[in-house]
Amino acid sequence: MEKFTTHTGVGVPLRRSNVDTDQIIPAVYLKRVTRTGFEDALFAAWRGDPSFVLNQDAYRAGSVLVAGPDFGTGSSREHAVWALKDYGFRVVLSSRFADIFRGNSGKQGLVTGIVSPEDIEILWKILETKPGTEVTVDLEAKTATADDVTVPFQIDDYTRWRLLEGLDDIGLTLQHADDISAFEAEREAWRPKTLPAKHLPSVEVVPARPAGSQA
Amino acid sequence: MAGTLAEKVWEAHLVRRGEDGSPDLLYIDLHLVHEVTSPQAFEGLRLAGRQVRRPDLTIATEDHNTPTLDIDLPIADTTSRTQIETLRSNAREFGVRLHSLGDADQGIVHQVGPQLGLTMPGLTVVCGDSHTSTHGAFGALAFGIGTSEVEHVLATQTLPLAPFKTMAITVNGQLPPGATSKDIILAIIAKIGTGGGQGYVLEYRGEAIRTLSMEARMTVCNMSIEAGARAGMIAPDETTFEYLKGRPHAPEGADWDAAVAYWRTLRSDDDAEFDAEVVLEAADLEPFVTWGTNPGQGLPLSASVPVPAEIADENERVAAERALEYMGLEPGTPLRDVKVDTVFIGSCTNGRIEDLRSVAKVIKGRHKSADVRVLVVPASARVRLQAEAEGLDVIFKEFGAEWRNAGCSMCLGMNPDQLAPGERSASTSNRNFEGRQGKGGRTHLVSPLVAAATAVRGTLSSLADLDLPADVDLTTFDGSPLDGVGAAVPDTVVVELPLPLPVLR
Repeated sequence: MEKFTTHTGVGVPLRRSNVDTDQIIPAVYLKRVTRTGFEDALFAAWRGDPSFVLNQDAYRAGSVLVAGPDFGTGSSREHAVWALKDYGFRVVLSSRFADIFRGNSGKQGLVTGIVSPEDIEILWKILETKPGTEVTVDLEAKTATADDVTVPFQIDDYTRWRLLEGLDDIGLTLQHADDISAFEAEREAWRPKTLPAKHLPSVEVVPARPAGSQA
Repeated sequence: MAGTLAEKVWEAHLVRRGEDGSPDLLYIDLHLVHEVTSPQAFEGLRLAGRQVRRPDLTIATEDHNTPTLDIDLPIADTTSRTQIETLRSNAREFGVRLHSLGDADQGIVHQVGPQLGLTMPGLTVVCGDSHTSTHGAFGALAFGIGTSEVEHVLATQTLPLAPFKTMAITVNGQLPPGATSKDIILAIIAKIGTGGGQGYVLEYRGEAIRTLSMEARMTVCNMSIEAGARAGMIAPDETTFEYLKGRPHAPEGADWDAAVAYWRTLRSDDDAEFDAEVVLEAADLEPFVTWGTNPGQGLPLSASVPVPAEIADENERVAAERALEYMGLEPGTPLRDVKVDTVFIGSCTNGRIEDLRSVAKVIKGRHKSADVRVLVVPASARVRLQAEAEGLDVIFKEFGAEWRNAGCSMCLGMNPDQLAPGERSASTSNRNFEGRQGKGGRTHLVSPLVAAATAVRGTLSSLADLDLPADVDLTTFDGSPLDGVGAAVPDTVVVELPLPLPVLR
């Protein structure tokens, strides 16, 4: 993972609460088997609306998203993070994030900073009155600066450390492979195993047919 | 020290306690996999030259993309087909058990785990799907993860996790007739909001929860994520043990006895402290329906569409205005006057056999409202087979409903089962987000009973709006087979599958 220390880019005010991951990327775009190429899918339904913020020239090149509370709720799809990153976003600021989305972001190097609702309002006003204003996000200092205003943000220390160092989670965990093996040696016999597979007798499943052709 | 149920399960899976603010490393007992959130994870393993550490703790099924018609034909949508074929080749390459379309054990991943007896009390269960919270109904710590975490679990069978906070949600008393577990959870979400559970594991307790069947408990835990919680749990009891006993992967003999003895300890101690507590009275509940575009925007069916001007909080008012515009609803309209185009019965929330039985009980001998399309999609192929063994399919077809093959279907419309723009549904699923069931589609979340009554009348309705025969017992919808219909469960013969499964058809 690429290290993240500071980032400066155009701030995008998204004055909406409860932006769920179905809005960030609708399910029809989840069928791809790659990790990249999701930029067109970002906010797909809203991008059809000419007044949507990302359709305005000043915000089109945005890379710091300033959103309302409860950003990233709903589905666990990591595609939401990939779509934001593929579009060019490096940071999302909100007063509250859904847990799974925040976790997924941390794995993918997208910074999710928790900013107080009052400071979000201040950032929105700056970005709306001066479209195209750049925001500087300093992960070391945990601050976001737009114009002459600097607001603090929160991010958990472990995620921040991993982002600053650009460390991969699996590699970190495998440093403890001995602990994992020791734990496995003590697991109780009743805990289930999927293999060898057990199940009820196989029965033929009759395919349903379109209405009208159904018997 | 006294502990909560969630804390006990957490402690039992601690591979390594985090130091200096780093997260704990937790062992994962069961990893469920499906086609949508796994391809990039398997690709990551391949690129790093890693194996699946424990294929014997991993199981895959095809559910999100699968069609519910013509399942024996090649999948028409080529991107869906590619994704499913990718899962099949990954399962073969990495030695993961897979239940494919057409297999009797194929179905929604959250039905497949419980019906095979793989989901048990005291486990940690993960899946790249937020509704993994469903499995918490057994007293497991079960939560959804993203694709990077799917890869992490495949490679290490562990996850680094920061501890959750705990919230007790107590539902006292008994549900009134016509109200169900779905109404309990919709009422909870309306009460605490879509962010109310953020950072918490919810534990559902109280008399109303205790008296629920296993499947009804799964409905409650399933929607924990809609309140923002990662997981929801219910302490295991006799209902849990009875559901599990004899299932293909349930422990046997001495293992069963050891397991049950341990499972009985899995309850929050009387003096355990929760970080938050919420109390509801079941007697106050009535059938619930959502009016907006998030699951917290719900009201009793007897209410009217809210008037945004009367909402004091500015954010909520703006959100309500937006939602009503999207939903095409006039403020103040009685919810009962809202006409629907489609009724969807299915999903990991309400697509199990008890749900289908309760719907069949309401619609038996009736015909659907002329303008309404009714889709019945069992959660799994086994549920479909069971329903057919009980004759429920005949009741659905005579009613005018479409009886489909199993899968996620119109819950999220990744397959052809979608709403058209502007179309309105009453849906037993879990999310009413904008475009969730198809671009421009409008979703009202309801219980199976409300879905059934709505299908009869064509407008949002509850059982109270129907002229039900006097001999229909409104108090025993959950769990009881239809009167006079054979409900024989097939013998639990256990056979071994050849592995990897033969998949491509």
